Amino acid sequence: MNHPDELLYSKSHEWAKFLDDTTALIGLTDYAQDALGDLVFVNLPEVGDEVTAGEAFADVESVKAVSDVFSPVTGTVAEINEDLLDSPEMMNEDPYGAWLIKVENITDREELMDSGDYVNFYENQE
Amino acid sequence: MLRDIGFESFDGLFAHIPEEVKVRELHIPEGLSEMEALEQVEELAERNRRFRRIFRGAGAYDHYIPAIVKSVTSKEEFVTAYTPYQAEISQGVLQSIFEYQTMICELTGMEASNASVYDGGTAAAEAVAMCRDRKRQTALISGAVDPQVLRVIRTYCHGSGADVVVVPEREGATDVEALKTLLAENSAACLYIQYPNFYGVIEDAELLGSLAHEAGAKFIMGCNPIALALLKTPGECGADIAVGEGQPLGLGLNFGGPYLGFMAASDKMVRKLPGRIVGETVDSEGRRAFVLTLQAREQHIRREKASSNICSNEALCALTAAVYLSAMGERGLKECAQLCLSKAHYLQRQLEGAGFRLKYDRPFFHEFVTVSEKDTGTVLKALEERGILGGLPLGDHKMLWCATEKNSRGDIERVAAIVKEA
Amino acid sequence: MKLIFERGHEGQGCTVLPEPDVPEFHLETPGRELPLRLPHVSENEISRHYTELAGEVHGVNSGFYPLGSCTMKYNPKVNEVAAALPGFTGIHPLQPVGTVQGCLDVLKRAQELLCEITGMDDMTMQPAAGAHGEFTGLLLIKAYHESRGDKKRTKIIVPDSAHGTNPASAVMAGFEVVNIPSGADGCVDLDKLREAVGDDTAGLMLTNPNTVGLFDRNILEITSIVHKAGGLNYYDGANLNAIMGIARPGDMGFDVVHINLHKTFSTPHGGGGPGSGPVGCKAFLSDFLPGPQPVWDGDDLTLAMPPRSIGSVRTFYGNFLVVVKALTYIMILGRSGVADAARNAVLNANYMMRRLRDIYHMAFDDVCMHEFVMSLENMKHDWDVSAMDVAKALLDYGIHPPTMYFPLIVHEALMVEPTETESRETLDEAIAVFREIYELSQSDPERLRAAPSRTSIGRPDEVQAARKPVLRYAFPDGWK
Repeated sequence: MNHPDELLYSKSHEWAKFLDDTTALIGLTDYAQDALGDLVFVNLPEVGDEVTAGEAFADVESVKAVSDVFSPVTGTVAEINEDLLDSPEMMNEDPYGAWLIKVENITDREELMDSGDYVNFYENQE
Repeated sequence: MLRDIGFESFDGLFAHIPEEVKVRELHIPEGLSEMEALEQVEELAERNRRFRRIFRGAGAYDHYIPAIVKSVTSKEEFVTAYTPYQAEISQGVLQSIFEYQTMICELTGMEASNASVYDGGTAAAEAVAMCRDRKRQTALISGAVDPQVLRVIRTYCHGSGADVVVVPEREGATDVEALKTLLAENSAACLYIQYPNFYGVIEDAELLGSLAHEAGAKFIMGCNPIALALLKTPGECGADIAVGEGQPLGLGLNFGGPYLGFMAASDKMVRKLPGRIVGETVDSEGRRAFVLTLQAREQHIRREKASSNICSNEALCALTAAVYLSAMGERGLKECAQLCLSKAHYLQRQLEGAGFRLKYDRPFFHEFVTVSEKDTGTVLKALEERGILGGLPLGDHKMLWCATEKNSRGDIERVAAIVKEA
Repeated sequence: MKLIFERGHEGQGCTVLPEPDVPEFHLETPGRELPLRLPHVSENEISRHYTELAGEVHGVNSGFYPLGSCTMKYNPKVNEVAAALPGFTGIHPLQPVGTVQGCLDVLKRAQELLCEITGMDDMTMQPAAGAHGEFTGLLLIKAYHESRGDKKRTKIIVPDSAHGTNPASAVMAGFEVVNIPSGADGCVDLDKLREAVGDDTAGLMLTNPNTVGLFDRNILEITSIVHKAGGLNYYDGANLNAIMGIARPGDMGFDVVHINLHKTFSTPHGGGGPGSGPVGCKAFLSDFLPGPQPVWDGDDLTLAMPPRSIGSVRTFYGNFLVVVKALTYIMILGRSGVADAARNAVLNANYMMRRLRDIYHMAFDDVCMHEFVMSLENMKHDWDVSAMDVAKALLDYGIHPPTMYFPLIVHEALMVEPTETESRETLDEAIAVFREIYELSQSDPERLRAAPSRTSIGRPDEVQAARKPVLRYAFPDGWK
């Protein structure tokens, strides 16, 4: 399983890639996509919506289940990845390319882990 | 059998039920034989008066049902199966729904249909719910819709906390000026109109739809499916959602049910459609197969986050509609619609001659409203005595009439003669 | 199998309607320009098409159908005959009430019988399905609290073992859902319930017997906790078949119930509907019922809206013909037959459970009611054979699989409900099949994972269906 070093990870299995201090891309980790199985749809927020660290901002559907996606940061949605609406399989095939939202004006963040800590975290969880 | 699994009596099987809630004696009659029960039910049926000549619609329409329809829909496999969860042994039901969805798309000019909901009223209420979002909570409903449908929409909206604002009706159609004002005053989620409306009038749907869209509201059309064979389709009128009562498509009058709520939407709104949807895919060998799809929208998966609670639908009624549309074909359905249109206009002219003026001077399909000085009660009694169900009394000497392909020229002329004398 | 659009050809069709006998009228408003691509097939082709489709459907008449929670009992044919009487099918719903006394009497009689069976005082036949009934019943609860000016009661308590419709209905009725976990025995955890109730509790929704097939023996205490907190109790009648004639929700402390006529009262499911979900209530809620309702006016029946009605949950009076079928069924069962049906449903379930529990792990190994839940977690762990694999293997034996992966609180769940209308021979055959599949899961698990092999299609690709939805036929260019 692949967890790039340049990203930060949350306990609820999202990754954040900070573009600068107050802007980040958010996505699902490789571990998350593997556990969720084949994803068939994602419900994304709208541009301009506020997201809050630790709260759900989207959900992803597999054939027989739906799961919330939690935001690791507090801020405003600057962009959503509309490509995922037509090609949800990208979340399975390229979880770090398939960002869900871009958040700007970030004012707060959860306690996030680096890749090594994240791998330890989920391995201990299992 | 009881003893084989270690019980002395049935009491052992029901030991968890506290004694204080156990039934001592059920106060219902003793059981009947099949013969006796059917006799009693037949007596109940005979206590109804069945009119052979019906000139009343208002949400339930008396159309001819081709013989093949009943023959297909009484096949036991279709009748007794459950929802097709197990695709491998349900391809027949799944394919029949896929074909139904295709036919509803063709009829409405929309891009996607669900597998049906309970009836036209609940289809309208579910469509209104589809349009609501955090920013837009108000539903504008035309005052020219069936009052029963309006009541269902109100009941549903009261449940979810959405506001309902009625756009006044003027001269038998949605008041365009009032609509403009209401759209400016509210950030409306949607506008719902009926097409043809409750008074039979063919609304200027394109205009109403464009006004709704300019204000950022979704546009929902509640349609008569037979009329859609001739009228500009909801798709062509720019509707986001088309719904309606599918009863005219091969279902009996049935004292109001079971009926069929059809729902179709633009591709953009597919995931908001409530209820079952059948999709095409392939099986493990690459063969064409059909399955229930987009299930993660539904209550059994999303629970409190589902957009609707619907589970059972009206699958057998959807099958009925599909067989009806297959038997009629394009030619037959257009003929049927044309007959309805021509006969309604012939009836209107005959009634005009009998002193029943047309109330609204607007284009109509197969229903229209008359006024006369005569007492509607007396008029209807006179018709009833001759085995004819006349138009629906609307108060103030108004009556809502309907003609279908089943009403012959002779019947129409007889109605006119009777009401003239009444 | 061909789609109906792939049969026949242009110009073919049935001739059903006569030539016009009045002058043709033409609308001046613009008409449809879109093509109307409906099938062009002869009656013979329609007949054969649907006969072929019917051959690809497993109905109750085709074989054993132990689909838990759905009560797939045999549907007596006399009910169909009754509902097809022209004196019912040819009646316009807006006829003068004097001409529909028979129809109104059907509704009234069915109401009275079902009120007696459930222990309720009044009932509406309007809801068209179970979930529709839940929504209706919750609106009654909402109207009751509103009528008392008690606006803070915004929460409905739902156990985590509940059907998905329960929380979904609560939200549609404008409530917030409070999920409470079940106890280790699958029943309501009384402490958790006591913690959950308060002055914001509008009500509790409960199925009893519950979705794991057990009768909650604390039922009187449960309903009393909710009542003492000022809430009402809603009974989800999905599992009424286990206790009808034996115990009544009205005597257990429930204020509102819905009944699934298409489960308990033998009306067929039609491939997903039409159903019927009448809602019964105690007298103090009667004024809020949806309408119009049939009511006595002297010796005649008429239709009226209850004084403080919630409105209408659909047009007209309900799925009337379904009510005719259920009424016929109850008339034939009668006083003792109703309880006998429940007894035999419970007996059949316990018989199957006891003949399988030495090999299949029962999620709650107790005397069950009309259904039982097995957990295949061990089989999944030991041999990588899932509940899905066992279900699919059953298809090859002509048995409709049990409900899979429900309730959510049991892993790898299979929920089996044989119903009372199956003979001991059928049950023995099914037991033998389950045992054979168990053997196979050790000896040849690959075969189970590849099942089914004897059906017309193999497992469908549901991921593709959901990712790239194809929801209607793609007419080829120039389709005629």
